[in-house]
Amino acid sequence: MSQIRALIVDDSSVMRKIVERSLRQAGLDLSVVEAGNGAEALGVLDGNSVDLILSDINMPVMDGLEFVRQLQGIERLRGVPVVMITTEGSESNVVQALSLGAKGYIRKPFTPDQVKEHVLPVLGL
Amino acid sequence: MTIHSLSQNTPLAAEFDRDIWTPILALSTREVFQIMLGSRLQAHESAGEPDKREFTALVGLAGSICGVLCLRCSDAAARNMAAKMLGMPAEEVGSDSWDALGEIANMIAGNFKAKLSGAGDRCMLSVPTVIVGTDYATHSLSGGETIEVVLEFEGQALWVTLELHE
Repeated sequence: MSQIRALIVDDSSVMRKIVERSLRQAGLDLSVVEAGNGAEALGVLDGNSVDLILSDINMPVMDGLEFVRQLQGIERLRGVPVVMITTEGSESNVVQALSLGAKGYIRKPFTPDQVKEHVLPVLGL
Repeated sequence: MTIHSLSQNTPLAAEFDRDIWTPILALSTREVFQIMLGSRLQAHESAGEPDKREFTALVGLAGSICGVLCLRCSDAAARNMAAKMLGMPAEEVGSDSWDALGEIANMIAGNFKAKLSGAGDRCMLSVPTVIVGTDYATHSLSGGETIEVVLEFEGQALWVTLELHE
């Protein structure tokens, strides 16, 4: 398996570290870039290409749904799989995220197994 | 898992039941600690213990449930929580303890509303705010019910309060 370049977007640095650890526990060989909100993430993507994006929804400045919406408008990023990881696990949020282009949805609190179960399929693993 | 249903478009005041909502709040808290920290919270015996609420995390709820969820604990407890979440020694935890406490409060609030069927789609959470120190007071602009559970994490008390606005 080749190295996966992942972008983790969450306003909590603790949560970004937990998500990274869960991805490594899933057996992924990772290189990680991070952002604290959607606007920061778009800036990070300006200078980096990634294979996978995991994003929170409820963040200051630009939330995760708006971030996914803007991603779809950038041609070179349109095919990058996005998995939402969030406390906002209501049905309407899930439907909205998926309709905007997200490929998966994990509700906090989560186990490393849940991360593995949702992330590996979107990477075709 | 949804364990209590709210009627669509029914005012919260008509739905509130302390005997049901209090154990749901306790369960929501226990699940977050079990899943994210690998810790089983115990019931807290408070007799004779000094009140150590040095850290306070606040998460606002707006919509079908309006109010504030508060998680309060000591500095040592907040450090231990961050240490457990990050898998590192408590003495190496710096400002991550604030971040961890806010995120835990956020997950408790999200888990709580998810257990009230019908609340999830009609209730939004704010980004958490963390207050360090004890010399402050909060004043709600609208009266309402308050429920509180006191649990024990690694020998230290945690206060989880849900203040509902009418």
